[in-house]
Amino acid sequence: MSDLRVHKTKYINETKRVSFKYDGKNYFGYEGDTLASALLANGVHLIGRSFKYHRPRGIMSCGSEEPNAICQISAKNDLTEPNVRATELEIYDGLEAFSQNCWPNVKFDIGGINNLISPLIPAGFYYKTFMWPKSFWKKVYEPLIRMSAGLGKSPTEPDPDIYDHKYVHYDVLVIGGGLSGIISAKIAAKSNLKTLLVDDKKTLGGSTIYQSNDSFKIDDQHSSKWLEKEINEISKIENLTVKTRTSIAAYHGYNYLLARENLTDHLSIKDKKDKIRQRLWKIRAKKVIVATGAIERPLVFNNNDRPGILLSNSINKYLDYYGVTCGKNIVLFTNNDSAYETAISLYKKGIKNLIVDLRKNSQSEIAKQAQNLGIKIYFNHVVTNTFGYRRINSVELMELSDDGNTTIGNKIKLNCDCLGISGGWTPTVHMHTQSGGKLDFKNDDQVFIPKEIDNDQISVGACNGDFDLETIIDKTVNKINIFLEINNQDYKNTKVDCSIEKEKRNIWLLPNKIPLGKTKCFIDFQNDSTAKDIKLALKEGFRSIEHVKRYTTTGMATDQGKLSNMHALGIIADTAGVKMGTLGTTTFRPPFTPLTFGTIVGRNVGKFFEVVRKTSIHDWHVDNKAKFENVGQWKRPWYYPKNGETKHDAVQRESKAARDSAGILDASTLGKIDIQGTDASEFLNRVYTNAWSKLSIGKCRYGLMLNEDGMVYDDGVTTRLAENHYLMTTTTGGAANVLGKLEDYLQTEWPELDVYLTSVTDHYSTASVCGPNSKKIINKIFPELDLSDENFPHMSFKNTKLDNINCRVMRISFTGELSYEINIESKYGKSLWEKCISAGQEFNITPYGTETMHLLRAEKGFIIVGQDTDGTMTPSDLQMDWIVSKKKYDFIGKRSLYRSDTIREDRKQLVGLLTDDPKEILEEGAQIVLDTNTKPIDMLGHVTSSYFSPNLNKSIALAVVRSGKNMKGQKLTIPMENKNINVTVSDTIFLDKENKRLNA
Amino acid sequence: MFLINCPFCGERDQNEFSSGGEAHIVRPKQPTELSDDQWAEFLFMRKNIKGVQFERWNHSHGCRKWFNVVRDTSNDKIHSVYKMGEKPPVK
Repeated sequence: MSDLRVHKTKYINETKRVSFKYDGKNYFGYEGDTLASALLANGVHLIGRSFKYHRPRGIMSCGSEEPNAICQISAKNDLTEPNVRATELEIYDGLEAFSQNCWPNVKFDIGGINNLISPLIPAGFYYKTFMWPKSFWKKVYEPLIRMSAGLGKSPTEPDPDIYDHKYVHYDVLVIGGGLSGIISAKIAAKSNLKTLLVDDKKTLGGSTIYQSNDSFKIDDQHSSKWLEKEINEISKIENLTVKTRTSIAAYHGYNYLLARENLTDHLSIKDKKDKIRQRLWKIRAKKVIVATGAIERPLVFNNNDRPGILLSNSINKYLDYYGVTCGKNIVLFTNNDSAYETAISLYKKGIKNLIVDLRKNSQSEIAKQAQNLGIKIYFNHVVTNTFGYRRINSVELMELSDDGNTTIGNKIKLNCDCLGISGGWTPTVHMHTQSGGKLDFKNDDQVFIPKEIDNDQISVGACNGDFDLETIIDKTVNKINIFLEINNQDYKNTKVDCSIEKEKRNIWLLPNKIPLGKTKCFIDFQNDSTAKDIKLALKEGFRSIEHVKRYTTTGMATDQGKLSNMHALGIIADTAGVKMGTLGTTTFRPPFTPLTFGTIVGRNVGKFFEVVRKTSIHDWHVDNKAKFENVGQWKRPWYYPKNGETKHDAVQRESKAARDSAGILDASTLGKIDIQGTDASEFLNRVYTNAWSKLSIGKCRYGLMLNEDGMVYDDGVTTRLAENHYLMTTTTGGAANVLGKLEDYLQTEWPELDVYLTSVTDHYSTASVCGPNSKKIINKIFPELDLSDENFPHMSFKNTKLDNINCRVMRISFTGELSYEINIESKYGKSLWEKCISAGQEFNITPYGTETMHLLRAEKGFIIVGQDTDGTMTPSDLQMDWIVSKKKYDFIGKRSLYRSDTIREDRKQLVGLLTDDPKEILEEGAQIVLDTNTKPIDMLGHVTSSYFSPNLNKSIALAVVRSGKNMKGQKLTIPMENKNINVTVSDTIFLDKENKRLNA
Repeated sequence: MFLINCPFCGERDQNEFSSGGEAHIVRPKQPTELSDDQWAEFLFMRKNIKGVQFERWNHSHGCRKWFNVVRDTSNDKIHSVYKMGEKPPVK
């Protein structure tokens, strides 16, 4: 046991040694230690370097507010994690931690030169300096700034840990397991309410759990003893769940909260393996009780940042909870009574200490107790400076003037190895304000406290600005009874004896004889902003607290200003001569403490990142070496390379085969909507641009669907299966949206229509067989089916059976070839496909993918919604006026087709393009211009589809061009990076204009 | 993230729903008889009130039904929920 471990406590298990490494050096601590307490027990105060000036910094606190002691954990490229607070990290066997922000090492850091040149780098230095010359930004300034900026290192490999999400509902959620939280949870749970109590620490009890002072007694016992009994009692209540190591990250509206539970961060490397590391709790609570306590404030004076300077109550916790003393000769500098508790605790363990108090005196019981013990107290004194580079070695005091504005008398220099500071307490109002609550300023204690809010939440205890034991217990019990509408009498006879603070004196920026410009009075320790910076910002005209914050970066570090915000506000108010309450505060945003990305995404990583949809024929495609393309969530075969073919070669071969003999495509992914009801025909009339009433049973029709603004939305073939029964197909990507849109109209605009829509996309698999030999193949599969043009013409369908399984065969074509689409229940899809392949073998049936499908339809000038259209194309723009019914009174989008904008002649219109060099393939998306000589060059449009057609043996393209309809024969230019490509506007149909192949 | 009381399914998390904008904008019965301006009024013009607003919502990851919601956009408080075709509650 090191000589700094001065006291045995029940929270440190001294039978279990834990060894760990810090900056490559081996240390050990005990089970129950945090990295901070273990390092302090080893006499290590210097933990890192500050962000801007690279000043040596040490552990300052014992919790989530820690600004200085942040480290990099693990040296592994996948597990390493920056900015971990040593004050929160529990040590485990095998832990490796490193200091951040220093090079070559924490003891000798080159960046320390910034401290010497600090007069040259004031607030807003970056904004002021790196303005000019403009050309320097990209090549000089940015790389330089990037090299020196940033805290810690990101992992470079994927996170191997497992994370989890969990949804829970509770009647009552209590945030914070300190004195008031425990009382609240007990009352709630005993009133038969399902209650959840969360606390970010390993053990419950807050700061009361180590309070063993004769001036603080509940029912005649030390407050810590009494609270231990309460904790023991609540552990037995059935409908109370207690989650420790769990911190609330965000408090959203409707009492929806996110909490991060640490499950394995404290376990040894061996024990962490294969376990869930952290879990994100998504909590809905009917009522929320916020009992988040308060954070001790520092004091702002010259050189208040040296290693060895800690918050006074943290010194107390390290001593009484962890058994570690932070020094052997300690000065406590305070403006309130809480440092006296620390002083008495230290005294009782034989640690030399004295108190410097801003106040003129203190008449409270605890102050008298300290005086009676003989602890030296300098009332009405102020620390004006500290000394010691890597660790504090002395402080300088002076007496305060009566008004507190200046120092008087002689300097007193005192040696010490640790300085505890306490500037009072700041209620942790983050949860309240995150949920939308407002704040009131309480002048007595110079604190912001929650304004009452009517959304089923309440703040109790120190976070509500109640600081002494008696008030906390009284008010908590009362408020909870009213809040939960119950009448709990458990604490009616609880007797509290506690020291009450009587004198208060707060000075945000302590006076000094040295001019402010020559001091380093830190406000935000992590971002290195000082009182001088705040004053400079005000001098330069900044007034709003939000602006001062951003200009000086105060409160913008990873600790989000938990220690600094109040001082920044106080100094602004004092300097500007306004009352503090009128300034408002900066916004407290989630998360309260940083969350890992792993926790946020949970299980949704890798193959669970997004749903993958595969057709029933997928395995066949894989076995036949298909390359796949993502279409929405679907995996579709893109092309099937043979013997090392390139994509181009494969697509050329597939395209040729489909036109010369036979091809087969898996078309299962097309959206399919089953439409039934007596008004089904009328419904189709209203949603498609063309007429549907006269479509006879057994026939198919192509339809174009518009948005109400007249722009093409989707297209597809719909088949009339029976009098009141249709099967609509949609584009693969548009299926869900089309169904949503149709439902919207049915439910909200036309509720009188008797129509029912059902998505059947996944219910049927579709094999599309095309080519001049397709009829022979279909005949082999369905010998009974009459395939004659009279009985089974183009755009019609037949019900039939394949081995007793019902099939629908449609004679429809997206390639321009004679073509049949067979629909079968999905589970038989693969077997149908295999039958087609074997029946087609003698005709060299060639499976083709989406790329060939696109090429074949482009040869025919068929559009693909979403490729040749982009939400700004009307049917007329696509030269598809033929599909817009002139007779129908109304359909979705009709009125928009003759708005002044949609009838403009110079809209972008779909045209064909032929390159002057037939071998030249255009790039899709390439810009089209008339000529490149007149500048600025006028852009006429762009290429939407482009292929080399093996069937025409030339390059073809579709494009949208301004006034393109009337441009046939016009020469245009496509400027590319290295050359200009000359093209001629053509018809959109490149092949078989007469549709002879459909009936080949 | 608020809770919406779907009139068909009960209270569910907001992420099961999608918003459909302002409610009670009726599609004109005779669009062809409207001027460009009148049609544009229906097509494009939507209010974006700070305060109590009547909105359409769809339980898109649930029963897929559309319904109306009266929501205060300044604090997300939902005052009432009612089915399509039902009369809006008086403020």
